[in-house]
Amino acid sequence: MIEARDVHFAYRGRPVLRGATLALASGELVCLLGANGAGKSTLLKTMLGLLKPQHGGVMADGRPLGQLARRQLARLVAYVPQVHAAPFPYTVRDVVLMGRLPATGMFRAPGAADQAAVAAALGHLGIGHLAGRPYTEVSGGERQLALIARALAQEARLLVMDEPLAGLDYGHQLRLLERLARLAAEGYGVLMTTHDPDQPLSSCDRVALLIDGRIAADGSPEQALTPDAIHSLYGVRVDLLRGADGRPLAFRPAERILA
Amino acid sequence: MAEIVSTSPAVALPSRLRWPRRLVPPLLVLAATVMALSVGRYPLPAGETLRFLAAAAGLADMAPERYALLHNLIVEIRLPRVLAAILVGASLSVSGASYQALFRNPLVSPGLLGVLAGASAGAALGILLGGNWLLVQASAFLTGLAAVGIGVGIAHLFGGGSLVMLILGGILSGALFTSLLSVVKYLADPYNQLPAIVYWLMGSLGQVNLNDMGWAALPMIGGIVLLCLLGRALDALAMGDEEAQALGIPVRAVRLTTIGAATLVSALTVSIAGMIGWIGLIVPHIARLLVGPGNARLLPAAASLGAAFLLFADGLARNLFATELPIGIVTELLGIPVFLIVLSRVRRGWAQ
Repeated sequence: MIEARDVHFAYRGRPVLRGATLALASGELVCLLGANGAGKSTLLKTMLGLLKPQHGGVMADGRPLGQLARRQLARLVAYVPQVHAAPFPYTVRDVVLMGRLPATGMFRAPGAADQAAVAAALGHLGIGHLAGRPYTEVSGGERQLALIARALAQEARLLVMDEPLAGLDYGHQLRLLERLARLAAEGYGVLMTTHDPDQPLSSCDRVALLIDGRIAADGSPEQALTPDAIHSLYGVRVDLLRGADGRPLAFRPAERILA
Repeated sequence: MAEIVSTSPAVALPSRLRWPRRLVPPLLVLAATVMALSVGRYPLPAGETLRFLAAAAGLADMAPERYALLHNLIVEIRLPRVLAAILVGASLSVSGASYQALFRNPLVSPGLLGVLAGASAGAALGILLGGNWLLVQASAFLTGLAAVGIGVGIAHLFGGGSLVMLILGGILSGALFTSLLSVVKYLADPYNQLPAIVYWLMGSLGQVNLNDMGWAALPMIGGIVLLCLLGRALDALAMGDEEAQALGIPVRAVRLTTIGAATLVSALTVSIAGMIGWIGLIVPHIARLLVGPGNARLLPAAASLGAAFLLFADGLARNLFATELPIGIVTELLGIPVFLIVLSRVRRGWAQ
């Protein structure tokens, strides 16, 4: 369980977070929505201990982050960054093996147990066949899976993901969402940012909206994601389409968005 | 295009087949050492050199006069130079490889933060101030450190020590010391000092004696070993600062340690042997082709390959013509075709 409480953060005097409060527990898939520049990544980074809040604090398993050594924290929470290109052609196995760094420390060579953890993580995500391929050559979706496998090899129960779906094609997005939902069902806690309000409608257990540096709503997709919420998030008018059983399916732009 | 170029073999082969490749660099160093001890104005068959080494180790017998002659030739004349080539080549290659990981850029060389520019200006100043060899060495070493100190200082004062600011700081500090070098050259006496400066800037292993190697070897070996130990941390750093931090790596400490160790060993190479270019840029690429990009393996392999490369280049520098060529020229001439070959092989690995 990791919890940001009343977090304030400003870049060079420009406030981004003004009292954001958000928690992530194991077993849930939480989607964080916010406009460009709203501070989603900043909030994630404070929760990962990469940025220090100027006011407020972050608790991991009931202890302030400041009391945890980096390596301890790395065994509680894993960071899954946006897909990127590595400057050198590390194999997918090499990349996932980096997830063992918190366990081994940076000076000890990984042993058989670490290799086994890597193989298990690769197998878990169904990318065992990519192990020997250079990370620079596999597709964006496969890279994202490799980065998630690294987080699993890290043996942290909480995964914090910065726009995991960005840059993936439609099929990869849907498959990845299902993977993440499955990981949550297995007991991992997953916090991800996204720009598409339709995805959380169907896949997330909880939705949090970051508006004006605060979490304006935090609850089930049905409660939190309403056309009004979308308007306060993005300043556009949308309609919510519902299925025959009344379940929300998707948003559709209203006829005159710019009104 | 990506399909046409074959996969870098170290990446494609199963780990069982990779073992022999990892042995290539150290074996090359041994072979190059024996070769370097054998060739010269008084050439020896390699077997004779090996027999002398065995005799020196007490494993074989050799006539005393012959032993004395070979001792003089191999130990007193050739060995200091061979040791210098090994340490200088290994230092430059390891620094280059660690900088490439640290700055996430395969085109970076050990001079990035200004150490070579600083050391050159310092050496030239030493020559201008009297030309005592020890003064030149000390001055080269200290200004090399100072140049990097200024670059890193600029980065931390003005940009919080980010990578881009480090590079810009290095460029500024390098430019500062390059212009100081020009000032010194302009002031130098054009008949004695200026040629000495120019010749020194081309690099040579010819002035090394065992005494120099004695005091320089320990910090150089220490720096090389330290960089090799940071291999896994550098892998994580190559993926990005925040990722490395989230993996429990103390990013700032690793970065400053790497810069410190690389600067120390590079400055020592300049003070021992002058400017020797290209090695720090190309040897890491050759090593990467052999053992893959993982720095825990790459850095030791780069050290061995760099040593072998410089031994080979020094062999050419000593024996190609009647008079000795400056080794910096040889490494450059040798480096360009090698780099072209490497470029054609590694292009894939750089895909963005």
